[in-house]
Amino acid sequence: MLQQLGHLPMGWLLIALIAVFASVAFFTGRVRAERILLSGATELHSRPNYHGYFVTMWAVIPAILVALAYAIGAESVSRGQLTSELPPAFELLSAPELQTYLDSVAHAARSRDYAGTDLVFTAVTNRYLEILGGLNIAALVLMALGAVGGLFLARKRLAASFRARSLVERGMEGVLFFCAVVAIATTVGIVVSLLYESIQFFSVVPIWDFLFGTRWNAQTEAEFGALPLFFGTFMIALIAMCVAAPIGLFSAIYLSEYAGPKVRAWIKPILEILAGIPTVVYGFFALLVVAPAVRSLAIWINETLINVGLASEPLLAAQPTSALAAGLVMGIMVIPFVSSLSDDVINAVPQTLRDGAYALGATKSETVRNVVVPAALPGIIAALLLAVSRAIGETMIVVMAAGKSARISMDPTSDLTTITVQIVSLMTGETGFDDPKTLSAFALGLVLFAVTLLFNVIALRVVQKYREKYD
Amino acid sequence: MTDPAASAFSTPDALKRLKRRRAADVRFRLYGMGAIFLALGALVLLAMSIGAQAVSAATYHVVRYDITLDPAVITPPGEETPEEIARNVDGFWELLRDNLLATFPEANKDRAARMEVSEFVTRLAVLPTAKRVASQPQLLGNAITLKAPLNDDLDLYLKGQAFAERRVGTGAISGVLPQDDGSAQIEGQGAFAPIKTAMMTLEADGINLSEASVLLTSGSSTGRLHDIQSDSASIELLTGTLEAFQGSSATARIIALPEAQRVISDQQIAWTLALKDMDRISRVPRWSLLTNSDSTYPELAGGLAALVGSLFTMLVTALVAIPIGILAAVYLEEFAPKNRLTDFIEVNINNLAAVPSIVFGLLGAAVYINFLGMPRSAPLVGGLVLALMTFPVVIIAARAALKAVPPSVRSGALAIGASQMQTVFHHVVPLAAPGIFTGAILGMARALGETAPLLLIGMVAFVGDVPTSPTDESTVMPVLIYTWSNNAERAWEPMTSAMIVILLAVLLLMNGLVVFLRRKYERRW
Amino acid sequence: MDTDHRPQTDGAVVAPDADAPPAAPPRIDCRDIRVFYGATQAIHNVSMSFPDRAVTALIGPSGCGKSTFLRCLNRMNDTIENCRVEGQILMDGQDINDHSIDAVLLRSRVGMVFQKPNPFPKSIYDNIAYGPRIHGLASGREDLDAIVEKSLRRAGLWEEVKDRLQAPGTSLSGGQQQRLCIARAIAVRPEVILMDEPCSALDPVATARIEELIDELRKRYCIVIVTHSMQQAARVSQRTAFFHLGNLIEMGETEQIFTNPREKRTEDYITGRYG
Repeated sequence: MLQQLGHLPMGWLLIALIAVFASVAFFTGRVRAERILLSGATELHSRPNYHGYFVTMWAVIPAILVALAYAIGAESVSRGQLTSELPPAFELLSAPELQTYLDSVAHAARSRDYAGTDLVFTAVTNRYLEILGGLNIAALVLMALGAVGGLFLARKRLAASFRARSLVERGMEGVLFFCAVVAIATTVGIVVSLLYESIQFFSVVPIWDFLFGTRWNAQTEAEFGALPLFFGTFMIALIAMCVAAPIGLFSAIYLSEYAGPKVRAWIKPILEILAGIPTVVYGFFALLVVAPAVRSLAIWINETLINVGLASEPLLAAQPTSALAAGLVMGIMVIPFVSSLSDDVINAVPQTLRDGAYALGATKSETVRNVVVPAALPGIIAALLLAVSRAIGETMIVVMAAGKSARISMDPTSDLTTITVQIVSLMTGETGFDDPKTLSAFALGLVLFAVTLLFNVIALRVVQKYREKYD
Repeated sequence: MTDPAASAFSTPDALKRLKRRRAADVRFRLYGMGAIFLALGALVLLAMSIGAQAVSAATYHVVRYDITLDPAVITPPGEETPEEIARNVDGFWELLRDNLLATFPEANKDRAARMEVSEFVTRLAVLPTAKRVASQPQLLGNAITLKAPLNDDLDLYLKGQAFAERRVGTGAISGVLPQDDGSAQIEGQGAFAPIKTAMMTLEADGINLSEASVLLTSGSSTGRLHDIQSDSASIELLTGTLEAFQGSSATARIIALPEAQRVISDQQIAWTLALKDMDRISRVPRWSLLTNSDSTYPELAGGLAALVGSLFTMLVTALVAIPIGILAAVYLEEFAPKNRLTDFIEVNINNLAAVPSIVFGLLGAAVYINFLGMPRSAPLVGGLVLALMTFPVVIIAARAALKAVPPSVRSGALAIGASQMQTVFHHVVPLAAPGIFTGAILGMARALGETAPLLLIGMVAFVGDVPTSPTDESTVMPVLIYTWSNNAERAWEPMTSAMIVILLAVLLLMNGLVVFLRRKYERRW
Repeated sequence: MDTDHRPQTDGAVVAPDADAPPAAPPRIDCRDIRVFYGATQAIHNVSMSFPDRAVTALIGPSGCGKSTFLRCLNRMNDTIENCRVEGQILMDGQDINDHSIDAVLLRSRVGMVFQKPNPFPKSIYDNIAYGPRIHGLASGREDLDAIVEKSLRRAGLWEEVKDRLQAPGTSLSGGQQQRLCIARAIAVRPEVILMDEPCSALDPVATARIEELIDELRKRYCIVIVTHSMQQAARVSQRTAFFHLGNLIEMGETEQIFTNPREKRTEDYITGRYG
């Protein structure tokens, strides 16, 4: 019986029940309010609908709380209970092994396809289903109790003078506030989860070795010196900015100072397409077109240098995936981030400044270079910072086109690895959460988060200051 | 101040200087145009290179087979149930292979040749037929015609993308003299001179022809040429008959790449050309790209599972991110008191919009999967992760839209006695709705193209079945693109490009919707 | 306001007598100026001349085209799209709209000061030095220093800023900023200075200071000032032109315009019937 209940589609069931309770509560409240209106001659303070909403609020909030508690806790509670009931033989399993075992139990239970497996497994799965069934029925009962209780409590309060509307509106405001707080919760979630796992990691690997070690070999040797990753990230971001900064800036200058409104109306959206292309597409482009081109170019340079006699052996690594290829494509991706914000700030420079320069006999380019750009400089710097932050955090292009060897090399045609590449390769393996490999990904994530946050905060500050200055 | 007026405007010094300054002005303008051209050029290069590849993947070659559904082959002994028939892919596949063996008797000569013929069609290609027969048992024993995709390498060969090949026509062949070793001497006055000329041109271009294959085709017959002279050559028949060459001119194919370095052999090329000559190969649109799920064989692979996975993921993202985003924006714009908490929320939202997406993946892996025990690889989790990424974008757009509603609307509603909540939800939000929704769509478009965070929550797994619920194992379109781009076989390149085009088409559609909404509802207050 | 308050002249240039011809020959002579913004005509056939070493004030209700007309004199209208100027503007006998004349060189001879002080986002020193630098007027660092000092002295700002030449130009007060802009214009050694309501953003004290300065500058330059304040026109100018709806209604000695206007519309405007 309990075992059968373990199969209940709880997600749909809970949502459906909440909907049922909500509509029942609404009509209860509304009908009650209409009765009050019919029985007495007095006027209602709030319209009957608001009484309905009020009762709904009281019925639904406990139901939602129960549903949330179930969604968050059911799986871990049932697994915990199951683990405590497992026969002593299971104590031999390591934590990740136990985790995998429980995963397969849960999977088998979900798919109902475990007939014919070994007896212990079948028994464990049955027991798991029983526990889950118990939890399911408990959740449903609790939900019903909460909803009905809330409904009756709320219904009792309804009266002609009852200020249902203001209470409903206050409740609504609470919901709105809760939604806004999700932003803080997300940030807190990021910081806490990154810190929590990183602290565990730093208890195994000293933070000093992590930040300044020069050997990274997380997959095989358990060496966690992340300096080569920082170097690779920096190098590729640098190449990207060498592409994006001049192109983005000159595009912005051309669009805001030189181009006519028609050209502007066409070019600006087209440039912004570059920002809308998924990064995986850029990654494929890098892999398909740019990396082979970079490689052929490097080989040609090598051969030429040797032929001319300037070098006796190949100078450039000319690898099939390279920092240069990834950096170039990333640069293209980042162009709109530079151009669009720069364009905004250049447009915000007051016309009077330009007039001042023209009136002195400055040419257009002198006006732009000596007056407009310096005036817009804070905003331009902010745009560049945001672009750098984007480049550092970019993942797919480097995963596909930058390579995986952690090394410190000034040769842009060699493959370098980055923080994000390593996070992906560490997290896509089949390792548990207590493995230093997995934990190191979180330490890398923490560094990434901290650095990009710093850039973003500075950039946003600068932009805000700038806006205040000219608004 | 009494100098002649003209000189003041044209002192030689000033003019010289001015010339230099004007030149600098022109240069500066050119830099700007150059920057625009570089950016646009990059976009065009990207579109062209991917587009060209995608076009070639839009069609593929299928081979027609006329077979009799022999129950002895396709129903395993004693297991006539439909399930077993559907499962007996090997049996169906044997029917196709035997059909090819019957077409090409020379393939029966040894194991190696049988292997080569087997590669024409993969086993899984007959799965749809097997399922059809299982559901319609009356077909058993009847003759049917079915079309199965050609092996991906041969497909590429027919599209001319496998390797370089030079085609030349020969003159009329007057005599065919069979030799003892099975080969034959063919002759014709100057018949093979064009081949020699073509080979000389190729070698002049620096192409090494020392191990080149020269294949001569006439009708369905193909042979390999040796000892090519202007008037004669020795031919080693690969398929068909020697008589086919008698008295006609033929087509020669010069393939510089040595056979050992190719994935397809001369023999396979000969058979493919023969099938083509028999009109059994046709080039058809590759609908399977949209109707099939992932496969290890490029000719069978499609994006249906990933499309559905993306759909489920976007559904979850939309259901979570859009309401929360809009409600939070309404709170911040209309209700929030100006205090430290709301300032902090503001800063948070702006920063969240700029946090690298991969950090959200780490968050999802740590909280949803490790802490809450949600299933890996599920659209539910993927959607929740993307929702966290998307809702700051929705908030920012929604706030801008709400800000654009003039205060007069609010005062008007308040003045007739509406509460603040009624004012906001009855008057302000409906007026801001187009702006809010365009922002929401843009956020969703960004989420749809996102890859990195989904890799971290295990959505990279190979998924051969179409998911049926948000908790099933699944993948999404951008991740499928990533997975395919990692595959080594050449045929995956155009497939990946085609998938990219599909993804971009969806994104373009969403952005088109945004432009449409803006055009239709945009108003200036 | 006391319209009779006349700046003390050094006696050489302008006689207060109403009908006396200007002492110096006209520096700028405009003939039949018409200005169009797209299809709308902003200025209708205006002909007038500006004498050297005197201040000419352009007055009129807002939107009458006086600023537009002023901007023709150094071809600032070139920077506005779809703005078209027709007619002849002769400066020392040469048409400034001629193809052979580069606007850049023209502007180095015709300086301009704007309504709102617009110092560049640079130091005080660099604000002044910018013009001489781009035009190559200084032969070396010392020369440039000298130009900066001279310009600041002429603009009456030197004593106030000589100790902080490297401070940003925007750190000055509004009146100081406007004098800085005047000094910036002087530094290029112009022959004509155009002023577009130079005091409209300033308080009365700063305004008085600028007006004194204008009177000082009159000894060396041909000055054209657009002002919305009739009192200011009366105080600083020797000649006044009244614009209305893009037409030049009346032009004459300032005193004559203010005491004995020939046109009814001028009188109405001056006595405050409209505007």
